[in-house]
Parts: sequence; C-alpha cells; structure tokens
Amino acid sequence: MLLSYREALNQAMREEMRRDARTFLIGEEVGYYQGAFKVSKGFVEEFGPQRVLDTPITEAGFTGLAIGAAMAGLRPIVELMTLNFGILAMDQIVNNAAKIRYMSGGQISVPMVIRGPGSAAHQLGAQHSQSLEAWFCHVPGIKVVAPATPHDAKGLLKSAIRDQNLVLFIEAQLLYGTKGEVRDGEYTIPIGQAEVKRSGSDVTVVAYSKMLLLAMDAGEELSREGIDVEIIDPRTLWPLDLDTIVTSVRKTGRVVIVEEGWRFCGLGAQIADSVYTVAFDYLDGPIIRVTGEDVPMPYSRVLEDAAIPDRLKVIEAVKQVLGRG
Amino acid sequence: MERTDLLHLYRQMLLIRRFEEKSAEMYALAKIAGFLHLYIGEEAVAVGAIAALRPDDYVISAYRDHGYCLARGSDPRRVMAELFGKATGLCKGKGGSMHLIDCEKRFMGGYAIVGGHIPLATGLAFATKYEQGDGVTVCFFGEGAFPSGQAHEAFNLAALWKLPLVFVCENNRYGMGTPVHRAVALYSDITETARSYGIPAERVDGMDVLAMRSLMEQTVKRVRAGQGPAFIEALTYRFMGHSMADPSHGHYRTKDEVEEHRKRDPLFLLQRTMRDHNLGADADFKQLEHEVNEQVAQAVTFAETSPFPELSALHEDVLVTE
Repeated sequence: MLLSYREALNQAMREEMRRDARTFLIGEEVGYYQGAFKVSKGFVEEFGPQRVLDTPITEAGFTGLAIGAAMAGLRPIVELMTLNFGILAMDQIVNNAAKIRYMSGGQISVPMVIRGPGSAAHQLGAQHSQSLEAWFCHVPGIKVVAPATPHDAKGLLKSAIRDQNLVLFIEAQLLYGTKGEVRDGEYTIPIGQAEVKRSGSDVTVVAYSKMLLLAMDAGEELSREGIDVEIIDPRTLWPLDLDTIVTSVRKTGRVVIVEEGWRFCGLGAQIADSVYTVAFDYLDGPIIRVTGEDVPMPYSRVLEDAAIPDRLKVIEAVKQVLGRG
Repeated sequence: MERTDLLHLYRQMLLIRRFEEKSAEMYALAKIAGFLHLYIGEEAVAVGAIAALRPDDYVISAYRDHGYCLARGSDPRRVMAELFGKATGLCKGKGGSMHLIDCEKRFMGGYAIVGGHIPLATGLAFATKYEQGDGVTVCFFGEGAFPSGQAHEAFNLAALWKLPLVFVCENNRYGMGTPVHRAVALYSDITETARSYGIPAERVDGMDVLAMRSLMEQTVKRVRAGQGPAFIEALTYRFMGHSMADPSHGHYRTKDEVEEHRKRDPLFLLQRTMRDHNLGADADFKQLEHEVNEQVAQAVTFAETSPFPELSALHEDVLVTE
C-alpha cells in the first residue's frame, strides 16, 4: 500500500491505541486541530478527548505529566510540535525520564514515546530548524529512533509504543509528505536494527532520517558514473546497530557518514569512532563526514542551502573517499 | 483526641528526628557522603500530611526526602542502607539521600532539580483519573520551588484538568540561604497565588502535626471526591542548615531566630498537648524514646553490615531489557 510518512505514523498510533487502552496521545494541537502536521488526523473523533489531549503551550509541564503517568503504568505518546520545543522539556527528559529507572534501582520504569519533527524544513529560521539527535543519544536511558521511510516509520513507531522504555522518535517536516510502500496490516520493526537500503561494493554511506533520501539520490547518480555505493540506514540511533555497518565496511573499506546536524560533537563523530574502534583494519582511508555547518540556521534560502548537506556534497565526499575527488 | 493515635504520630516524628540526627553523625564519620539535607524541624508536615492518606495514594517530593519516606512506612534499615550506598538500600544504593524511592509504599521519589518533580505529580494524578480510580497524589515541595516555571505549568494543568492532586508547599522560609521575601513576589501569603489558578488554597501551622493532619484530611476528602486539586501552604522551619555544608545559623539567619523557632519544635508541641490532656506522661515518652533509638541503632547496624553493590550492578537498571 502506498502511504505517506504522515499516514504511516497515523496508522501506527491508531493501531496501538486500539490495541491498548493505556495508550494516550498528548501534546499541543493533537486533538481538534488534528495535529500541527496532521499526523493525528481523526484521532480525537475516534478516541475522544480523554485519550487525545490538547495541552497548553507548556512542554515541560505536559512532558512531565506524561512521565508521571508512565511511572504509574500508562503508555503515553507525547507529540512535540517540533523537537526544538522539546528543549523546554529537556529537564523532564534528561533529569527524570532517562534516570528514574536507574535512580530507583529498577523499581520504576518509564514506558513512553516522545515524538516530533526535527531538522530543517524550508526557511524556518534558526529556532525551528535544529537537528538535536546527538543531545538525546548522549544521555543514557533513552532509545532514539529516526526512520526515513513510511514503512520504517510505521513499524518502528509501533515498536516504540510497545517498548518498556523512553523512546525518542525523530521525524522530519520534509518527510511527512513523502510516500512509500507500506506493508498491509500489523507489523513491527525491531528497535536497534539497521537496514541496507542499497547494496554496493565500493563505498559504505551511512545516512538516516531525511539524509537517507539524499544519499539514495546520490547513490543513483554515482552508479551512472560506475561507482557502486552501499547505503545503510541505522534507523535506530541508540542503540546503534554497529554490526550491520561493520559488515559493510569489511566489504567496502571506505565510509561516508551523512548527517544534517552540526558537525562538532555530531552523531557522525560517534559513529566514526565506533567504526574506527572495531573495524580500523578494514578501512582503506579516513572516514569522511558530510554534516551541517556549525552555524545557527540562517533564514535566507541561499544561506540555508549552504548550511545543510545536499546531493552534491554527498557525491563529492564519496569521490573523495575513493581518492577521485 | 485518642491516646494511641497521638502516641503513633509522636512516634513517627520522633523516628524521623532520631534517624536524621543519626544520619548527621554517620555523615561526620564519612559513612554517608554526597549531599545530605536534614528534615529536622519539619517533621509535623510529613507526618501530619501522610497520616491522612491511604496506602494506595501516591506521594512524591523534592530532595529533602527522608521524612516523607519514613512517614510513608519505609523500612528505616533500608533507608539507612541507601544513605550508606549499600546493595540492600531501597534503591540498591543507586539513588542516595536525594533520590529515595519506595514503590511498594507508593513513595515515588525524591527529586533534586528544584521544581522538576511537580509535573511528575500531575502525571501520577492524571493516571489515577484516567483509570477512574479514587486515589490522590500528594506533592511536597519547598517555597523555594514555588516561583519555578515548572511549578506554574503544573498548577495550571492540574486546575485545568481537575486532577486529584494536593500540592503541599512546605514553607520553611529559606530556599537554601535566600529568604522567601527575596524570592517570591507574594511571599506574605503564597496561597494567594495558588488561588489565582482556581485552586482552593489554605495555610496551616506546619509545626502543629494535628492541625496539619486535620487540614489534610478535609482537603484529601474533597480531592478524592473529584473536586480537583488543592493547595496547602505549611509554615514550618528548618532547624539545621540547608545541607551538611551549611551551619544552622550564621550568614543568612541569626542564632536568635533559630532559637525562637526551636521553641515551637513540633515534637515539643505535640508532647505538650498530650500532657495537657493527660494523654501522655514521662513514662510514655521515655518508652518511645527507647524504642525509636533501638530502631535507629538497628538501621545503622543493618546498613553497616550490608554489602556494597557488586560492580556488575553498574550497568543494570539503565533500561528495561525484555
């Protein structure tokens, strides 16, 4: 079935809310407005306002409420209108949700999902365009998922909702309208499993979320030039499926990592470190990272384009890692 | 007034008092480390408030949390073991003084980011309401947390959604060393601000355990009946410093001020009431003193003789592993 990313998320939540009465959706405009990006279309009509809760604009307050509800055995899904606003809830996420199980010596768990779009869309400016996945991945006690396709989005969101832990589920505004084949009926995709999205033998490209689409485009173009790229989507950023990446590295010996977030201390730095640590001997040269620029996101179109990775930058990086740059 | 009941309240306050004194002693001996915030002087708030609750009600608090935990009925041995960082502690030694948690007693924890646990309380109360239960949640916080943004987001949500939640603002007059009049705009009556959210709010003498319990009983009854949240400002006083690093008086308050408040020691006040009504005599208090000292001594022995956690515990309990 051909579905948009938005529809796939809608299906996943709908199926899980039908399945488990403890699951509820909470966030700004998730009910009568149908979600700022229409992900929860039809929810308040089907599940009622007791399970689809519109909140005041208070990220710390309603995220904290959801954490408390999870501590008491409910299964909340928190929608952050964008992950940028999640910064207001960082105290709740980092100091409470991620630590309560550990601090309590395993007495309390926090089974919940916090989801919403990260990364840049079109000229939304510095406060609405951030890729903050590295922040969340840095904190022990949080699983972080960032699917790129409708199929992965549905299967992973269902797993996230069923998970016994806090799962930070990263979407992207520019992905909501993208379409792809989604398997009919019930299915889940395990958290922590990468997927080879394109098989190849010359270079391993690791890319996730929106950057996967960029890498796939680049891969197509490069294949016409006779360069055979293998593309891996980790899908889950923590825990990272290093095995799948390393299996590919053993074959290709060359790695390019693509991420939209800031370069310094970005997630790619960690992925590179992990690859160097376990697969250094298989590498034919240094890993190359394609990243966002270390600047707040500018508004102007030309500057914004310059601040984030594009197809050409990925192509250049692949050629460079092959020594053909 | 009933003798057994009053003796029980007195015993609970005495247990907290002696437990805290012993904790300070153990801190001086380096058996306890990190931050240690003593509850001495404020016992009537925890004991009075918690006496009005059912076992299935939730309690959550900030980091000065030993009192609530003990008043909730946690085993003092396991509380002391937690302070010692031992494997037999409530949280297997992973929480410490500021993060005591006893799920079985529905004491959902001490939290050490000021104001940060108040939204959690709304969630516990929300869950009860969502599942159509009649339990209530009690959230203790200091007047130092009152101005925090998270507190106000929680007040608004609790009132908006009529959550079964009692906010107990324990006004001990100082947020660390900053007196309330330098931190809260409407400091002379904090309940005024709470009422502006549409939350019924009352003030009580937090040194008087009977007044505290009585107000809590009326309040909890209304909240349990589905009338939405309530707010109590309990006026109290911390006899010791903010933490072990802070002397009881000096830079920000005088010895005279502390002495003045000590005249209204909650243990003394209850003892006086009991004597006045012939509901307690020297022999009773002596007996309780003996029992409680014994209980605290046993807690120390238990903590002393318990093993430290195995190093293998380091990576356990980060996540639920299915």
